[in-house]
Amino acid sequence: MFDKKVEQVPIRQGFGEGLLAAGEKNLQVVGVCADLTESTKMNLFSEKFPNRFIQVGVAEQNMASVASGLAAMGKIPFISSYAMFSPGRNWEQIRTTICYNNQPVKIVGSHAGVSVGPDGGTHQAIEDIAITRVIPRLMVISPCDSIEAKKATMLSTDTGTPVYLRLARDKTPIMTTEDTPFEIGKVQIFWHPSEGRTKPEVGIIATGALLHKALLAAKDLEEKGIEVEVMNLHTIKPLDEKAIIDLAKRTGKIVTVEEHQIRGGMGSAVAECLAKNFPVPMEFIGVDDDFGQSGTQDELIEHYGMGTKSIIKAVNKILKR
Amino acid sequence: MELTDEKINELKKKANDIRISLIESLIAAGSGHTAGPLDMADIFTVLFFHTLNHNPKKPAWPERDRVVLSNGHICPVLYSTMAHAGYFPVKELKTLRKFGSRLQGHPHRDFLPMLETSSGPLGSGLSQAVGMALALKIDHSFTSNRRIYALLSDGELEAGQTWEAAMLAGKEKLQNLVAVIDRNNIQIEGYTENVMPLESLSDKWRAWNWHVIEIDGHNIEEIADSFETAKAVFEKPTVIIAHTIAGKGIPEFERDYRWHGNPPGKGPTDKVPADKQAKVALAELRTLGGKIESEHQ
Repeated sequence: MFDKKVEQVPIRQGFGEGLLAAGEKNLQVVGVCADLTESTKMNLFSEKFPNRFIQVGVAEQNMASVASGLAAMGKIPFISSYAMFSPGRNWEQIRTTICYNNQPVKIVGSHAGVSVGPDGGTHQAIEDIAITRVIPRLMVISPCDSIEAKKATMLSTDTGTPVYLRLARDKTPIMTTEDTPFEIGKVQIFWHPSEGRTKPEVGIIATGALLHKALLAAKDLEEKGIEVEVMNLHTIKPLDEKAIIDLAKRTGKIVTVEEHQIRGGMGSAVAECLAKNFPVPMEFIGVDDDFGQSGTQDELIEHYGMGTKSIIKAVNKILKR
Repeated sequence: MELTDEKINELKKKANDIRISLIESLIAAGSGHTAGPLDMADIFTVLFFHTLNHNPKKPAWPERDRVVLSNGHICPVLYSTMAHAGYFPVKELKTLRKFGSRLQGHPHRDFLPMLETSSGPLGSGLSQAVGMALALKIDHSFTSNRRIYALLSDGELEAGQTWEAAMLAGKEKLQNLVAVIDRNNIQIEGYTENVMPLESLSDKWRAWNWHVIEIDGHNIEEIADSFETAKAVFEKPTVIIAHTIAGKGIPEFERDYRWHGNPPGKGPTDKVPADKQAKVALAELRTLGGKIESEHQ
C-alpha cells in the first residue's frame, strides 16, 4: 500500500461493478442516468440490463423525481451523474420527492472533489457532503477505494432508505481487499501504533481516497516517533458516534481529512459529535472556502492543502495545542 | 362503466358536496388555497367516482391506478374527494392544516400514507408519474391495464422540470400515462398570460409527442369521455387540457386570481366583505348559485 507502484483504480469503477452485481441479484434494481452512463460506469449495468435502464438525457431534476416514481412502484433505482449536478443541481427534488417522500432511491454522484482535475472548478463538487448530510433519512457514504465502493453499492441496495454515494473520477490507490469487512455506519481503524509502541497522540479521521494520504502521513510520522491512529470514516451519515468518541478519548486530539469544503463537511459532522460528547482540539484538512480549478490530481490536492505534507503539518500543529 | 344521465346527475351532486366540504375545511383552517380546489372538483369527482380503478377500503391494493397530485397546494379538493370516496371520515376534513393533523397544508405521505406522493414544490409531479409509468412498462410492457394520472396546474408548467418529464414520456411512448392540466389561467401573482405566457399550450405538448385533448373541465361527460379516449391512445402519453373557471361554483370568487391562495374570510373584499365571505361561499354552493332553495332559508 505504501509502494509508489500501488495498484490504482477509479472509485467509480467499483460502483459500476457493484451495480452490475446488485442488478444480477435483485431484479428490482434499475439504473437511471443523465447522459453520463459511461463516465459514471453505469454502462456495465445498462449493457447487461437494457430493459432496466432509463436514459433521461441532460435533466438531473427530472432524473431524481422519475426515480422517486420508480421507487414508489417497488423499484430500487440508482441515479447517476456528476456530483455537481446530482445532488448539486437537483437538491430540492432529492429533498422533497425522494427523502421527504421516503423513497429508497440511491443517488450516485461521481466526479466529487478537486481530483476531477483538468475539467476545472465547475465540475469539481466540493459541497456535496454538506448539502446531503443535512437531509433527513438520507445516508451519506464516501468509499475510500474501488473495492469499498463496490461493497457500498451492493449494501445500499437493501437499506430501504435513500442513500447518497460519493465517488471520484481519477484512479486512486487500492487500500482494501475483497475480505476487508465493510458495514454501512461502522467505521474501521486502518492504522494503529505498532505493537509495543506508546499510545497514539493524535487521531486522524479521513474519508474517500484521501485516506491514502493520511496513511502515508501516519507512516512518516511513526518514523519520526509520533504515533497516530487513522480511521476510515466511509459513512458520514449515520455517523458512528461511539467509534469517534472512543478515538477522541484514546488520542485527545483529532485531525479530519476530506476532499471537500471544510465548512459543512465530514469534519463538521465529527466536530458536532465531539463538541457535544467529548470536546478535544481539532484541525480540519479540506478546501478552505474556495473553488477548484484545472490541474492534475496531485497538483490540486497539494495546492488546496490536502496532501500528505499538509496532514503532517496539521498533526504537528495540533500536538502543540 | 356506462355514463347514464342518472350517473351524470349523481356525479354533479357529488362534485358539489366535495366543494362544500372543501370550503368548510378551508374556513376551519383559516388559511389555504380556494380557487384551484374549487375549479378541479368536477375532474376529481369523475376520477374518483367513475374512472379510477381503486379501493378506498384497501388503499395499498397493488393493482390500483395511481393519482399523482403535482400542485400540492390544491390538496383541499384531494382530501375532500378522498373523504367522500371513503378513504377517511369526512369530519376529519375540519382538521386541515392543524397541528398533528393527517391533512397537512401540503400533502405528506408520512402523515397520510394512502397518498401516492407528498407534494408542494411545483413542477415535479409529472416526473414522478413518469417514473411510475416507466415501472409498469419495465414489468409488463403495456399489457397491464393499470394507469397513472398526473394532475398539474397551468402555472407550474413554467417550471422547466415539467418539460424534462414531458420529453421523457414522449420518448418512452408512455401510453399508460395521462396528465391533466388545470387550465384556469391564474396563478398567485396574476393571470398566467401576464406572468409568463403559456400559449400555444397544445402545440407545446404535441411537439413532445403527446396526444392532446382539450375539454371543458366542468362538463362531467366531457371529462369522463376524455379519460376513456386516453385509454384508446397507443404509443403516446395523453394530456388533457381542462379549461376551467378559477373558483368555480362561487360566482363572487370566479375568475379572480386573488382567490388563488386565500381562504374565505381572507380573500379580496371588493365583491364580498371579509366577514361575509364564508357565509356567501357556502350559501352559493348549498343553493347551486340560487338555483335551489337553501335548507337555511
